[in-house]
Amino acid sequence: MSAHQLIELCYLAAAALFILSLRWLNHPRTARRGVIAGVAGMLAAIGGTLMAPEIISYSWITVAFVVGTIAGIPLALVPLTAVPQRTALSHAFGGLAAGLVGVAKYMMWMHQGQLTTFRTGAIALECILGFLTFTGSLMAAGKLQEIVPTRPITYRNQNLVNLLLLAIAVGAGAYLTMHPAYWQAFAVLIALSLTFGVLLIIPIGGADMPTVISLLNSYAGLSAVAMGFVLGNKLLITAGALDGSSGFILSVIMCRAMNRSFSNVLFGAFGQVQATAAAGEAKVVKSATPQDVADLLLNAERVVIIPGYGMAVAQAQHRVHELYDLLTKRGVDVKFAIHPVAGRMPGHMNVLLAEAEIPYEALAEMDDINPEMPQTDVALVVGANDVVNPAARHDKGSPIYGMPIIDADKAKTVIAIKRSMRPGFAGIENELYYADQTLMAFGDAKQVLGDVVKALASEAVGAH
Amino acid sequence: MTLDFWSMLFVFMLATFVGFQVIQNVSRLLHTPLMSLTNAISAIAVVGSILIAGEQESRVTTILGAVAVAASMTNIVSGFLLTDRMLKMFKEKERAK
Repeated sequence: MSAHQLIELCYLAAAALFILSLRWLNHPRTARRGVIAGVAGMLAAIGGTLMAPEIISYSWITVAFVVGTIAGIPLALVPLTAVPQRTALSHAFGGLAAGLVGVAKYMMWMHQGQLTTFRTGAIALECILGFLTFTGSLMAAGKLQEIVPTRPITYRNQNLVNLLLLAIAVGAGAYLTMHPAYWQAFAVLIALSLTFGVLLIIPIGGADMPTVISLLNSYAGLSAVAMGFVLGNKLLITAGALDGSSGFILSVIMCRAMNRSFSNVLFGAFGQVQATAAAGEAKVVKSATPQDVADLLLNAERVVIIPGYGMAVAQAQHRVHELYDLLTKRGVDVKFAIHPVAGRMPGHMNVLLAEAEIPYEALAEMDDINPEMPQTDVALVVGANDVVNPAARHDKGSPIYGMPIIDADKAKTVIAIKRSMRPGFAGIENELYYADQTLMAFGDAKQVLGDVVKALASEAVGAH
Repeated sequence: MTLDFWSMLFVFMLATFVGFQVIQNVSRLLHTPLMSLTNAISAIAVVGSILIAGEQESRVTTILGAVAVAASMTNIVSGFLLTDRMLKMFKEKERAK
C-alpha cells in the first residue's frame, strides 16, 4: 500500500469516527464513548497527515504541537461558569487557523504561479469566514468575560455600515478571482473581515450570547469547509460540515426559543429597547424570609426549580443541590425546568446542575414541564427573569412578546430569589413578581438558598 | 490529492445532511458538551496547517502554518478534555447518590 493510500484510509476512518462520535452524544450514557471516538478520529487524521511526503521537516510542527497542548490544558480546566467564554475563544482559534492557512496558501500559490480562479475564490471565502470568526469570537469572549462592555453598543446606521463593509470584502474577493495577483485586494479583504467581526458583535447583548455563540460555531465549521475546498481535502470538508450544521441547528433552536429571527438577533440590538416601562405606578411586592421559603417548600408535594444565568453568577448551584437533596429526602418531588436560552450558551444550565451532582433525570425541558406547572405547588425561580415573564404570552407591546416561556405563574405559589427589583436583561418589568401568588426572597441567590437550606435542616432535626 | 469542485461539493452536501440528522438526535441536556466536541472536531484544520508548516515553502508560510497548528492543537486538546470532563458529571439517579 502506498503512502497516499494509507493516508486516504486514515482520513476515511477519521470521518467515520467523527460521525459516530456525534451520534453517541444522543444519550448521556453513551456520550463518553463519543469522546473516545472523536479522539481516535483525530489521532488517525493527524497520524495520516504526518505521513504525507510533502513534509520535509517536523521541527516547526513539533514546536506547535507542544505549544498548543500547553495552551489547551488550562483551557480545559476552566470553571464551568466560564465555559461560554472558553468556547468563544476556541471558535476564535478555529477561525484564526483557517484564515492563516488561507493566507499561507495564497502566498504559496502566488509564488508558484498556480493561483487559479477557483483556488483564489475558495481562499477568499476561507479568509472572510476565518477572520470574521476570529475577531467576532474574540469580542464575544471579551463580552462574556466582561473585559469588553457587555451592554449593546449602537450607533447610527450601524447595520448599513456593517453590511457595506462585508459587501466590500466580498467584492474584493470577487475582484481577486479575476486578478489573483492583485494582492492589495487580498489585504483589503482581510482587514475588512477582521473589522466586520468586531462590529458584528458590538451591538449584541448578554442574553443573545447563546445564539451568537452557536452562529460563530457554525462559521468556524464553515471556514474549515472552505479550507477543505482550498486544499482539496474531503476530511476537512466532512468534519467542517458536521461542525457547521451543528452550530446552525443550535442557533435555530436558540432563535426559536426566543421567538426571533437570525437577522433580528444580529441586527436588532435587542438589549437597548424599552426602559420606558419602569415609569409606571409603584406596585406592591410581597417579600418572604428564608424561613418562609423553607416552610413553603416543606409543605409542598411538587416543586419546580427554574434556574437562570443569575444562578451561575451567584455560583449558587451547589446550594441548589443541597436544597434538592433535603427536599427529595422528605419525599418532595423536585424537578428543574430548563429554558433553552437560560445561561450564556446552549445547555449551560444542564452542565452547571450536572456539576452540582443533580441527576439528569431531574432536568426537564420547557415543553415537557409546562403541562405540569398547574399541578405544581411551588415554582422556585433562581436567577431567571425574562424566561418566566408572563408578558411574553399576552402583552403585544412587550419586546419579548411571543417568546416561549416557562409557565411559572401557573404554579400555586411562586418564589423568586432576586437581588433587587431591577429589571432583567431586556429592561422589561416582570409582572410575575407582582402577582398575588408570588413571594420575593431578596438577596444573593447563594446566600438566600444557604439560609433556606439551614432552616430546612434545623426543622428536619426538630422533627425527630 | 486533487479533487474537482463537484466531488467536493458532493461531499459537503452529504456531510451536511449527515450532520443535520445526527445533531438533531443529540440530547438537549448535552448541548454544551456538543459544542465543545464539535470545536475539537473542527480543529481538523490541523491537517491543512501541518502540511503548510511541514512543507516549508518559505519562512513566512512556515510560521503561518505553525501558528495555525498551535491554534488547532489548542482546540483539540482543550475541546476533548473539557467535553470529557463535563460528560463525567452527568449522572443517573442511582449513581448520583
